[in-house]
Amino acid sequence: MRFPVATTRNWFAKNRFDDTAAPGRRSAITRMLAATALLATTALSGLTFATGTARAEDEIRIGVIYPLTGAAASTGVELKAAAELAAAIVNKEIPAPAGLVAGVGMPHMKGAKIKLVFGDHQGNPQVGATEAERLITSEKVTALTGAYFSNVTATASQVAERYGVPFLNGESSSATLTQRKFKWFFRTTPHDDLFVTNFFTFLNDMEKKTGEQLRSVGLFNENTLWGNETTKLQTKLSEEQKFTIAEKILYPAKTTQMTSEVQRLKAANPAVIMQSSYLGDAILSMKTYKELGFLPKMLLANDAGFNDSEFLKTMGKDGEYIISREVWALDQAERNPLIKQVNDLMRERSGVNFNGNSARAFTGIAVLADAIDRAGSTKPEDIRKALQETNIPASGLIMPWKGVKFDEHGQNELGQGIIVQVQGGQYVTVWPFDVATKPVVYPMPAWDKR
Amino acid sequence: MTADILFQVLVSGLLIGLIYALVAVGLTLIFGVMDIVNFAHGEFLMLGMYASFWAFALFAVDPIVALPFTALLLFAVGVIVYQTVIRRILKAPMLSQIFATFGLMILLRGLAQFFWKPDHRLIPHSLVSGNLTLGSVQFGLPQFVAALGAVGVTGGLWYFLHRTRLGTALEATAIDREAATLMGIDGQKMFALAWGIGAACAGIAGGLIATFFPIFPEVGANFILIAFVVVVLGGFGSVTGAFLAGIIVGLIEVLGGFLVGPEYKTAIVLSLLLVVLLVRPRGLMGKA
Repeated sequence: MRFPVATTRNWFAKNRFDDTAAPGRRSAITRMLAATALLATTALSGLTFATGTARAEDEIRIGVIYPLTGAAASTGVELKAAAELAAAIVNKEIPAPAGLVAGVGMPHMKGAKIKLVFGDHQGNPQVGATEAERLITSEKVTALTGAYFSNVTATASQVAERYGVPFLNGESSSATLTQRKFKWFFRTTPHDDLFVTNFFTFLNDMEKKTGEQLRSVGLFNENTLWGNETTKLQTKLSEEQKFTIAEKILYPAKTTQMTSEVQRLKAANPAVIMQSSYLGDAILSMKTYKELGFLPKMLLANDAGFNDSEFLKTMGKDGEYIISREVWALDQAERNPLIKQVNDLMRERSGVNFNGNSARAFTGIAVLADAIDRAGSTKPEDIRKALQETNIPASGLIMPWKGVKFDEHGQNELGQGIIVQVQGGQYVTVWPFDVATKPVVYPMPAWDKR
Repeated sequence: MTADILFQVLVSGLLIGLIYALVAVGLTLIFGVMDIVNFAHGEFLMLGMYASFWAFALFAVDPIVALPFTALLLFAVGVIVYQTVIRRILKAPMLSQIFATFGLMILLRGLAQFFWKPDHRLIPHSLVSGNLTLGSVQFGLPQFVAALGAVGVTGGLWYFLHRTRLGTALEATAIDREAATLMGIDGQKMFALAWGIGAACAGIAGGLIATFFPIFPEVGANFILIAFVVVVLGGFGSVTGAFLAGIIVGLIEVLGGFLVGPEYKTAIVLSLLLVVLLVRPRGLMGKA
């Protein structure tokens, strides 16, 4: 649109002192401003679901912070659905499978209902902290949970610590979170260090099972913070547990070829490769293994690229038999009827199966509700004490854990990861042996014998 | 055993080096003709890879079969880019030229991400797949075919530039635009041709690489850094230089990575760049 200068000036002259002029346009502008303001508020403060509703006496308000918009929104929405399912079960809106933790309602709270108040951190640690503050000060929540991203959990739980409000984290795995010695922070999920430790326990178990030596390992990790930290931990654990490192490679993740890397691994010929890769380099390394005819007896992948839904889609049968770590797998539902029942409820309500993230979000709310019930009060100190005394057996969980029991830093010491192997285009649980659904295929079958 | 491994490493280095050469010749050609560094060259490669991917996914045409179409398509892209963007900045300061092609790089990457998602794609069954074994040396057939293609295309380009009328006209424009215009050569047409051929080279490289490398919007970034090193080592504007330099860089990268440690392979290649700039800034075969 291009106004002749004179016309534009006339329009301003006419309208400057005349409030009644052009009412149509004026109200349109006002409406647009209002809409913009509304959009801005939603964007800044997240989706506020519970403002304005009357607060019943018997309502226990729990603040839930997830990435509901932004790049991780699809995950956030799944987490939210899982949290709402947990709340519905606690509130007895849907009948709970027998034995499930928090499936019995809130007997000590005279049947009070829990109410989830959601906050949206958009994947941003600053927004996460602001949301935590809003939920505590203006929504008056009795406890907080979330936030999926480790870095957001870090800032949001700092706010909770300052206000003395219990923060239960169900799905952030950075080891540092429970090394901060916070008083109000609890975490149900196992952390990254534990997953790496699991590999060594798994190898020990496999040695016993197969009677073969699996003591020579090749460390093959990408060279950013994640790969470096993993390498350090793997080196330390190898020394402690008498494994020999045949080759240690930190490679640049953005690369055009991996022949020099694979050639070195081939020359060192370790029995086991432990690999941390993102998707692109995971694919390229697998292709290079095949190209150069290299195959370890076992390839232990550190999640990430190897568990990406694209990995199997693009690799097809060349992606078979890799072993990776996981927090949960759908085949657990075959093993445990409780998991199947809860998963069916999830599918009915939101049309998707549980995955590692949503199953942990569900468990987080359930554990929190269990503690609040045992506390018999909404006082923060009582809830904190109840959380500290939590002792949930494995049978009450939909996770492949030994139970839930927090150590003095708030870390669940009974959590464990599982180890999955790609078999027939699926990730199936192969370890711990007591929760496994399929035996490990060992050693990896040769490239041309598949 | 050690000799076998060494030989294997050399073969791997040679194969990847030839691919680097193919990516670099297009870049060096454009620079040689008009002194503009095309930062979007890696994105031309990316477009070539996606062209092959979609030909395969939508029409079940193998990347190798689709190569002529990929080349033509990218030739058109190159000409269009020249006519719409580059032609306008020919006389602009160098900084504007850099920013124009840099902006083009970001635009193309962004468009690819928007339309084709940031997913990694792969062409699962190409006509060329599987391994070749020569004695104790093993290498992938796709890599081998890509290397052969690189030799063919670079050879063809050399022949075109030195043995055909049109190619000689292009060379003449590269040497002295004013004089070439006085001899009746249309400079604008030559520039457009250079962009077309340069982009087509990247497109062919993309088509060949697509048989074994994952395809994603940022894939160009992986190759372009090395392509710049190749261009500098070979000498800005020299196709023969880029060909030799590609092989040298590939060998140094793979051999260095194997002997010194893969974590240093990029550092080794980029140190080579520094050494060349210090010792022989015009590169192996560049104009003094």
